[in-house]
Amino acid sequence: MAYSSYCLVCGGTGCESSKADLIYRELRRVAEERGVDNDVQIVKTGCFGFCEKGPIVKILPDESFYVEVKPEDATELIDEHVIKGRTVKRLMIKDKERKKHLETEDDISFYQKQVRVVLRNCGIINPEDITEYIAREGYAALEKVLFTMSDDDVIAELKASGLRGRGGAGFPTWMKWKFTKDIKHTAEEVFVVCNADEGDPGAYMDRSTLEGDPHSVMEAMTIAGYTCGAHKGYIYIRAEYPLAIKRLQTAMAQAREYGLLGDDILGSGFNFDIEIRLGAGAFVCGEETALLASIEGERGTPRPRPPFPAVKGLWGMPTVINNVETWANIPMIILRGGEWFAKIGTDGSKGTKVFALTGKINNSGLIEVPMGTTLREIIYDIGGGIPKKKQFKAVQTGGPSGGVITAEHLDTPMDFDNLTKLGSMMGSGGMIVMDEDDCIVDVTKFYLEFSVEESCGKCAPCRIGTRKMFDILERITSGKGEMEDIDRLEAIAVSMQKASLCGLGQTAANPVLSTLKYFRQEYLEHIENKRCPSGVCKDLVRYEIDAEKCIGCTVCARRCPVNCIAGERKTVHIIDQDACIKCGQCYDACKFDAVRIA
Amino acid sequence: MAKMTLEELRKLRDEKRLELNRRKVDEKTIEVIVSMGTSGIAAGAKETLQAFIDELNQHGITNAVIRQSGSLGLDHAEPTIEIHMKGMPDTIYGSVTPAVVTEIVDRHILKKELVDKHVFDRPAPDIIKE
Amino acid sequence: MSTQTVETATFSDELLKFIETWKDKRGNIIMIMHRIQQEFGFLPWDAMAHMAKLIDVPLAKIYGVATFYHYFKLEKPGRNKVAVCMGTACYLKGARDLIDELSNLLDVGVDETTEDGEFTVESVRCVGCCGLAPVVMVGDDVYGKIGPDGLPEILAKHRSAGTEGA
Repeated sequence: MAYSSYCLVCGGTGCESSKADLIYRELRRVAEERGVDNDVQIVKTGCFGFCEKGPIVKILPDESFYVEVKPEDATELIDEHVIKGRTVKRLMIKDKERKKHLETEDDISFYQKQVRVVLRNCGIINPEDITEYIAREGYAALEKVLFTMSDDDVIAELKASGLRGRGGAGFPTWMKWKFTKDIKHTAEEVFVVCNADEGDPGAYMDRSTLEGDPHSVMEAMTIAGYTCGAHKGYIYIRAEYPLAIKRLQTAMAQAREYGLLGDDILGSGFNFDIEIRLGAGAFVCGEETALLASIEGERGTPRPRPPFPAVKGLWGMPTVINNVETWANIPMIILRGGEWFAKIGTDGSKGTKVFALTGKINNSGLIEVPMGTTLREIIYDIGGGIPKKKQFKAVQTGGPSGGVITAEHLDTPMDFDNLTKLGSMMGSGGMIVMDEDDCIVDVTKFYLEFSVEESCGKCAPCRIGTRKMFDILERITSGKGEMEDIDRLEAIAVSMQKASLCGLGQTAANPVLSTLKYFRQEYLEHIENKRCPSGVCKDLVRYEIDAEKCIGCTVCARRCPVNCIAGERKTVHIIDQDACIKCGQCYDACKFDAVRIA
Repeated sequence: MAKMTLEELRKLRDEKRLELNRRKVDEKTIEVIVSMGTSGIAAGAKETLQAFIDELNQHGITNAVIRQSGSLGLDHAEPTIEIHMKGMPDTIYGSVTPAVVTEIVDRHILKKELVDKHVFDRPAPDIIKE
Repeated sequence: MSTQTVETATFSDELLKFIETWKDKRGNIIMIMHRIQQEFGFLPWDAMAHMAKLIDVPLAKIYGVATFYHYFKLEKPGRNKVAVCMGTACYLKGARDLIDELSNLLDVGVDETTEDGEFTVESVRCVGCCGLAPVVMVGDDVYGKIGPDGLPEILAKHRSAGTEGA
């Protein structure tokens, strides 16, 4: 027996709270009442996104999409849609511009906030089978370039696309290529390099791209080779990504076998091959000059720029270096044209951006959205909001080089320029959501600890500055901070920005400056009142039991690892402050919110 | 496979595209795609894959193809899988533990009904035209 | 710092073959060191000395590279590597508590090996499983969404037979 239609009720946490469960039960009741419960299957699903317009009901196979459904709409949905086959217009989204109801997902551009250019093949093709890539327009861009385009044509297309480097700083890609192209005839050798040394803690878009679609990057590198006169490419990838390395190796072997890498590619007379070089766990090697030093087999310390790698890079030769996500965009730009690409995104930032959405968010994962999507859409519509109905506090972007974005900026379109204006940066695309339980000073300390460990030690502002800032933050979070510490932090930060050699040092102070700007009060609370409002900094926390709320269930006393909670069953419990080790287990365990942070 | 010329590449692209399309409309073939990126594998995708092989064997279902792919990005719902078969909408399932595989084979494939609470939405429309 | 040695740095035929193919490539040092670490589990002093001779590069240079990169280990690791992810997502979700609990349970700090050579505790950069935060890896096995309570069971599972309670 098969059903003729399926009615999907979004069971994501957001919808769940807005009565999805009631709707589900109503739909089932009505279907049974009308005797159609053998024709339509009513199913609860995972989160569909678009939570702002929840609860959402979707009916298959015609893909009708209903928003803000109420339990009392169940009868109409069953009677009209399921039985009579007529859509219920009033429950569909209205497209204000086109003044019509959007009936199916296909024409709902703003239902699905995601647009997948970089991730177009991820989760769809088998990355270990080159023919599946080829079947989905794979190597068609290379074909077009080799047989119908000149080097100038390729660069013109990139320029029209407005593509900017996805590694963090957002430098226009066409300019990098042009610098190299212009001097290719005078150079002894030219190189193409893929930066896959993704080191931001909390960012893994490059790994996922290489694991899901390795050929897209290789195809783009070959296109760059043709344009800029290189015959050799290097992919510099973290040794910590064994699966991505394996898939790349498989892909390269297959491409060679099919004549898409190696000598005389597709009979065009053009030669190009790629070699994998492994990183070895140094964050600074994500910086392009340090990365090149590492490929050369040296300690990965940065070199002063200029000269830029485009002119003087690997072994002193002109080198085109881009990051994985930038590369993965290029075949589509060539195939669809720069203009197509430039239609996606904002004025200054074209195309899409892949973000790794993690932290205190319901639907953590990898998302790709057009540049200019707001943080609110990302967190609430795609991400499904904050778990346990906690309060949103901030989002950290750009990792150890970035900063925080707070609730007041939830509606700012995310692109390179706006993020910089807010004192953060695009970075590689890690997006870490924090809620009321996260201490901003502690998180800043976390990033500084990272930078201290990862500073290569070559230049003093970064080596000493990160350490000094970390020490100050350590003092503040342990209750020994003084008011002058804030000034000291700011002074060190400015010196580091101005005097450090490379991007790592110049941006390592960003987390401090950004959080001081938006959460100064929280710093002051730690310093003046020796209090950590989120209850994270152990030295500043005191747990107490609220006599009004405690019902004497003994759960906290049983969980306490040092037995410092006293109290009989059904009487108010008391924490012995001298013995308490501030582990917070009682706080987590109490179901009545009776344990509170004083 | 010898090195290809331009014409051979184009021919291969067309043939493979046809083959993949045929598989989609084919009455007989059931296609199961297991998402095997690092996050998926960490969440147990290898066990999921093995469970599919075992379950399909056990039920004597011989017309199913199991493929692997990279990650769809639905990390919160890993392991994820996708099923294409005649008579059922293309479906993405999340949090597919071996126990859920048993349910999927029993209910989705054999009884042609969806498995509650595990259906997820495709994250974005496909920009590649078939 | 102390360095440990293996009795003789005997390289397997595969390793020698690998070095042969990479010998004349530019910038080969790091790739060869990766391969040596793969064979020994770390970079023994003798092995680096042997490598220096084989590819005719000063040992000082190899040592310089080895000490720059976190991935290269100069100390023999325990039979099981217990790696706590300290990516941001894991940190926010309690990775620090996991490290504290591990030092509690095993009586070692980060980057230290238990006396019985069973476990080495490491804190690692983002392993990219942020959806499963907090994450601990033992060898190649990934354990996600775990709290300090879950650690004893995981350690017990990986402890070699016969060393229980050690």
